[in-house]
Amino acid sequence: MDLLGQSLDYLFGIPLVGWGTQVGFVYKGLLLLVALLIFTAYILLADRKIWAAVQVRRGPNVVGPFGLLQSFADLLKFVFKEPVLPAGSDKVVFLLAPLVMATLSLAAWVVIPIGPGLALADINLGILYIFAISSLGVYGVIMGGWASNSKYPFLGSLRSAAQMVSYEVSIGLVIITVLLCVGSLNLSHIVIAQYEMGLAHMIGLPQLTFLNWFWLPLFPMFVIFFISALAETNRPPFDLPEAESELVAGFMVEYSSTPYLLFMLGEYIAIILMCALTTILFLGGWTAPIDLPPFTWIPGVVWFVIKTCLVFFMFAMVKAFVPRYRYDQLMRIGWKVFLPISLIMVVIVAFVLQLTGWGWHGGRIV
Amino acid sequence: MMTLPLFFFYLFSIIAVASALMVIVARNPVHSVLYLIVVFVNSAGLFMLAGAEFLALILIVVYVGAVAVLFLFVVMMLEVDFGQMRRGILQYMPIGVVIGAILLLELLLVAGSFVITPEVMSSSVIPIDNTMENTRAIGLVLYTRYVYLFQAAGAVLLVAMIGAIVLTLRHKPNIKRQDVVRQTSRKRHEAVEIKSVKSGEGL
Amino acid sequence: MNSDITSFASLAPAFPEMLVAAGAIVLLLFGIFTKKERANGVAMAAVVLLVATAGIVIFHPAQGVIFNGGFIADEFARFMKVLVIGGAAFALILSLPSSRQHQLDKFEYSVLVLLATLGMMMMVSANDLMSLYLGLELQSLAAYVLAAMKRDSARATEAGLKYFVLGALSSGMLLYGASLIYGFTGHTQLDLIVDQIVMGERSIGLIFGMVFLLAGIAFKISAVPFHMWTPDVYEGAPTPVTAFLASAPKVAAMALLVRVVTVSFAPITSDWQQIVIFLSIASMVLAAFAAIGQKSLKRLVAYSSIGHVGFALVGLSSGTAVGVEGVAIYMAIYVTMTIGLFACILALRTQNGAVEDIAELAGLAQRRPFVAAMIAVLMFSLIGLPPLAGFFAKWHVFLAAIEARLFVLAVIGVLASAISAFYYLRIVKTMYFDEPVLEYAAVPRELTAVMGVTGFLVITYFVTVGGPLAAAARVASGSLF
Repeated sequence: MDLLGQSLDYLFGIPLVGWGTQVGFVYKGLLLLVALLIFTAYILLADRKIWAAVQVRRGPNVVGPFGLLQSFADLLKFVFKEPVLPAGSDKVVFLLAPLVMATLSLAAWVVIPIGPGLALADINLGILYIFAISSLGVYGVIMGGWASNSKYPFLGSLRSAAQMVSYEVSIGLVIITVLLCVGSLNLSHIVIAQYEMGLAHMIGLPQLTFLNWFWLPLFPMFVIFFISALAETNRPPFDLPEAESELVAGFMVEYSSTPYLLFMLGEYIAIILMCALTTILFLGGWTAPIDLPPFTWIPGVVWFVIKTCLVFFMFAMVKAFVPRYRYDQLMRIGWKVFLPISLIMVVIVAFVLQLTGWGWHGGRIV
Repeated sequence: MMTLPLFFFYLFSIIAVASALMVIVARNPVHSVLYLIVVFVNSAGLFMLAGAEFLALILIVVYVGAVAVLFLFVVMMLEVDFGQMRRGILQYMPIGVVIGAILLLELLLVAGSFVITPEVMSSSVIPIDNTMENTRAIGLVLYTRYVYLFQAAGAVLLVAMIGAIVLTLRHKPNIKRQDVVRQTSRKRHEAVEIKSVKSGEGL
Repeated sequence: MNSDITSFASLAPAFPEMLVAAGAIVLLLFGIFTKKERANGVAMAAVVLLVATAGIVIFHPAQGVIFNGGFIADEFARFMKVLVIGGAAFALILSLPSSRQHQLDKFEYSVLVLLATLGMMMMVSANDLMSLYLGLELQSLAAYVLAAMKRDSARATEAGLKYFVLGALSSGMLLYGASLIYGFTGHTQLDLIVDQIVMGERSIGLIFGMVFLLAGIAFKISAVPFHMWTPDVYEGAPTPVTAFLASAPKVAAMALLVRVVTVSFAPITSDWQQIVIFLSIASMVLAAFAAIGQKSLKRLVAYSSIGHVGFALVGLSSGTAVGVEGVAIYMAIYVTMTIGLFACILALRTQNGAVEDIAELAGLAQRRPFVAAMIAVLMFSLIGLPPLAGFFAKWHVFLAAIEARLFVLAVIGVLASAISAFYYLRIVKTMYFDEPVLEYAAVPRELTAVMGVTGFLVITYFVTVGGPLAAAARVASGSLF
């Protein structure tokens, strides 16, 4: 029973009440979940506000001061509406799809280190885990589109599946270049590597941490990753799956009420995940941009959130002022531009690392 | 004594086997593929329990994330009438049952005689190094010891790719294609001609 | 733990394979970046490449086991590789004149043939269950595509699909067997498996594994009862592709079978011998009877090739060095006769297309005496009449069977040979004694050349190539025992 006790302790232990030795996984998870959901609510609002600002509108401004409670009002509205199940739909799959979508995008957050040592599970294969989970995200879309038994959703889901599978290829190659530099698949290691080595160390100014971050040496990959992340999360200008002028709302046409809410939630959490991943892979995660006092006083978590918000700001701006791509253009960029470039970059980076001996080598700097 | 890993082993195995059964039994082909995905994910869980976390995640990325998606794609679009295909099933049932029974019998015979002898364990070609994470271990042997097999697998994939292109790609003659390079490298004077038109006269 | 490759020079045993692989990729790139009309040029380049590779194999043989036991280059591999490369090169030459009619005028055709050849060379040199499987899969995958390459023809597509489905099934059986063998011996390397068998007593799991493995390989050499795909695929695939499928891959799969049973399963010879004897008898007898009713020339050739695999297996059944020597000679002569026969079949064209029915051969001797004579010679050789090459092929394998005291097998073989004479002779009769019905188109030079070369070899076998071939085969089989 020792093992069982330990696992219970791991899951539910609370040291303060003398029950177990560590704060249980469940409570930490709940904390992360709540924080994430509130963050999502405001990210959603920010998205709409930025969009509105670019178009010289006010955006949501009625519910609460400056519309700050708008997302919660939307939440209540969706929850209290009646869910409509289309007559010809495959009911089980229809309801499973939004659940799959929301659960998967939440599940990926388990390994994200939001601060030094602050990951729910700091596993060795963190980046591979995220890649695996995000590659499953497409199932929510396909299942939803197919189960609706209607042509627009189906077309939308087909588009989306092809798009997500295509862009996963270049995302995978970008991740590989970062891994070559780091020598470890652990997300915390990726952040630490960007602190301990890099351009700033080479030019003899190790305090300028922001020069260390991979966005500079791997700049082309940073750009490719950013654009692929837009496509992977079906954000404009790559929101073909739900292109309202052609497909009404794509795979979400038949959804209403809470299932629709779950789709939206899953989508936004996946977007934030991609922003967080960009932060970790290219912008040094929780490390301060300059390793000197006024900056180092601010805790790592705050830096992480600031960087994530910054990346999301770019996401939102792109949505606001880039027109939607045509489908064949989208596929062309993915396969004929990003794939060759990132493939060549993998080869170049591997060559440079091999010839110069640079790289973090999983913490054993040579 | 039921330890936690054992519990998860049974959980994953039972779900995997049950879903595998459903892959065959399910009436709707799309449901079959979805059950197949459940099988993959649970097998990944089993890999994870066996300590092969790299394989587990690669299984998900490759099989669930890419192969099964395309599979699902095809099944959804084909609209296969399985009722039609199953018409002959009763006719072939007896021989299928016989073959299945023989295979099962053989498996049982083999499983019954399976003993892991100490010599076999100790004579493993590559000794297991417990101090190393298995991603690194795979990386160390894949490109050195098994480079031949690695390259051969690459050649097999190359053939598959050439085959897919040869058998399916058709260049339709009467179709307009967008040539992005040509479009973007076009200069203003090649596309537009400016004429000064006097008012009231036209061209 | 690490690789045994220390320098480029230590790769020497694998130089032929590397040349073919590199050449295939270069030709692929060349084909992509040049015009479509260059397809025949690519095919010529592929032939040159194959000839160069054969030159390396023959004149600069580097022997040894490399890649940590995955790859072996020995005399047996050398002999079989020359056959494989020769078969592939001649099949490519055969496809040149009629590539357009068969929709093979694409550069991918030659590239796929090269990659299939690479796979076959890997099969021949496989010293490990894993490299064995990968080589086999490389060859098969390329062959599936080649069979279906004439994609506007429903028959070719059907052939490709049938080949693919049954081939995938056989690969599955082979893999299942390989995994059982690995599970019960703890090794995938062929010469280490045998040590485990010698150490421990044979277990039932190992026998099951071996049966599945042999079944998988029997599919590839199309031995009865795993032959069902052969007539359909041979008939449906474009004729030059059929020529390729009937020659080189059979040699490679046969070499694989010989190596696996003689190296890994030497201690349990009596177990695999039963299987091989069964395959052999079933193939010879079924082919002899089934071919009688055939009307299509290509189906007839398919059954004939099934029968010849049966005869070759007679040699292997003995399980001795003499037997393996017989198999090697048999395969060499079989490849020569097959290439010659397909050169003749491809030469039979009218204005309306290819001649594929046996009845349409009527009176060929009056219209095209050279082609008819060549077919007649090849038919006599296929029957096994002295002094043609086919006689010596059969003589070697039956001799080995008799030496191993397998009298029943030898008698059945001779009887099957006699029955098969019926349908071979029927073709000769149709050509020489029936009234002509068709006007034939001119015969391209390449085909005449191939017919001439193979005809010369078959007729003068005893005085020209017979001696050196037998000597080479003896050295080859000696390296396995």
